Amino acid sequence: MLANFADRTWLWLAAEFYLVGFLLGTWSLLRGGRPLNVAMYALIVAGYAMQLTGLYLRGMAVGGCPLGNTFELFQFTAWSAISLYLVIGVTFRTSLLGYFTSCLAAVLTLISLAIPAWDSSRSSGLFGNNPWIEFHAALALFSYGVFGLLALTALMLQLRNYSLKNKRVGGWFSFLPSLYDLDLISVRLLVFGVMLLSGSLVVGSVHWVQNTESVHWPKLLTTVTVWLCYTIALALRLRGQLGARRFAWTALILFALALLSLGVIDANRRHPAPAALHRT
Amino acid sequence: MSQTAPDAHGLFVFGATHRTTPIEVREKLSLPKPTVEQLHAAIARIEGLREYAVLNTCNRIEFYGVADTPAAAARMQEAFCQHQQFPAEEFAKYRTTHVGPAAVQHLLEVTAGIDSQLVGETEILGQVKDAYAAAQSRKSTGPVLNRVFQKSFQAAKHVRSSTAITEGQISIANVAVELAGNIFGKLDATRVLLLGAGDIGEKTAKAFRSRGAAALTVSSRSLDRAMALATELGAQALPFEHRAEHLAQFDVVVCSTSAPDAVILTGDVQNAMRRRASRPLFLIDLALPRDVEAGVARLENVYLYNLDDLAKIAEENRAAREAEIAKCRQIINERAAALWQHIAPQVTGEARATDTPGAR
Repeated sequence: MLANFADRTWLWLAAEFYLVGFLLGTWSLLRGGRPLNVAMYALIVAGYAMQLTGLYLRGMAVGGCPLGNTFELFQFTAWSAISLYLVIGVTFRTSLLGYFTSCLAAVLTLISLAIPAWDSSRSSGLFGNNPWIEFHAALALFSYGVFGLLALTALMLQLRNYSLKNKRVGGWFSFLPSLYDLDLISVRLLVFGVMLLSGSLVVGSVHWVQNTESVHWPKLLTTVTVWLCYTIALALRLRGQLGARRFAWTALILFALALLSLGVIDANRRHPAPAALHRT
Repeated sequence: MSQTAPDAHGLFVFGATHRTTPIEVREKLSLPKPTVEQLHAAIARIEGLREYAVLNTCNRIEFYGVADTPAAAARMQEAFCQHQQFPAEEFAKYRTTHVGPAAVQHLLEVTAGIDSQLVGETEILGQVKDAYAAAQSRKSTGPVLNRVFQKSFQAAKHVRSSTAITEGQISIANVAVELAGNIFGKLDATRVLLLGAGDIGEKTAKAFRSRGAAALTVSSRSLDRAMALATELGAQALPFEHRAEHLAQFDVVVCSTSAPDAVILTGDVQNAMRRRASRPLFLIDLALPRDVEAGVARLENVYLYNLDDLAKIAEENRAAREAEIAKCRQIINERAAALWQHIAPQVTGEARATDTPGAR
């Protein structure tokens, strides 16, 4: 029976597991208990496996990386964030990161599944059979997943700062990691995300300089702007000119902008530049 | 047997604790190390006392024993009062006694920290372990006390891991250290400045030292006093007038001077924060009147807690621990009942058998 499941069925199941993880975490926090980290981790791993299966089936069907419409972009971003969480969650043992990650993954996947229009059509031959372009797109989307996780650690940093400033350190605030740990993780995520996005832009630019009409200016401008903003934030943070709280706000705002930029990127695919259209 | 003697045989515990005994009496009852062996020698000679162990902490002196007759417990008390030169009639006013299953229940509660003055404190487990180890080395324990003590350690660990009885610190110094942990994570890279030589400040500095703070510096309006305290704490001394210019070097500043006005001004902290890049600063103001200007709390990346703030958190944590006591008691009740069922034949059976004249 499982073998007959369509890709969207697997993705629905994954979204439900993420949602259950989020609800379980909320329940345990509301009743004043410890976060159920092991149960949360298990639910996320199960959801991740289902999402991977769904994306694999979609990839097999379209003959490449499933990045052909807004639905797939959101799914891939959520999958990237979870991939990284599965590494960081164990390494850093940051309490509540699983809770927030399951929340982000549930929101991104459920929204993408709940809007059928996002998956009603998809651009075909998007990458022109060029694996480098596909690599460029996958790398860029993976960096968005990293920025998604960064937004979560930034949100936790804001909450920790709020709790310390307002002298409310009991209850579920006590399960938040220290300011220093959150700041450290956030900076590392930002470095990693900027490296991935820079790599993606370098790969993309090699293709773009050969045919400057292959990409619409709005997409180019949006992508470069996102990269530039994150790079400036990183430079300011490393120079000590961006305090932890402002850095956290910046990471949250930039991730919102990054998500919005997906719309512009997808629009570019729906209305490809003439040269690109001719090629595909 | 005198009326002042504890009416106890089989498994029993008698003693005086913080619950019934004021500190000035506990001081008199506390066993002095140099002569304690004389007391043990006297107790070891008591006929009919099969096993015993003594728990002596700053909050309690308790004698656990397994005796064939009530006379053995009475003689044990007599030996103790004689050793302490404390009137037995006076001791009887403060004494609490538990026998049989109640004694088991009591030891489990003590070991789990729910009978402690600071509910949920974990030091008591180590103290009970030490008392048991000392009794074992004197060969004064047997099958009953061995089992009861060992099971009490397991119960204490279970209570700790399955309830929130030990969560949240309840002393001012430990609350301050816990808050620093919320800011800096591990404290092994944290530099602490102690301003003033007040008692509570010193305790807080010691708490930071015990949690592995990287460096400790003492600064007092009297340099001699600062030097003396620095030597005692294994710290460095800093002239008081240099505090503002060196502020940026420290992550945690503990203030406990008796200065009439603030000694840390908003401008000082602003200047320090410019030189600290994005590293936070934690100010703990334990002084009355306050040592740190209130405006400092509004600065970004600066966290200011005064005595009231810390006391409020300590009180909240204490209340949270109190709320866990019922849960702990339920666990302990079940374990104590099961344990008593297991040891009762050994305790009561043999005790009853030896009631027969000439049996021992």
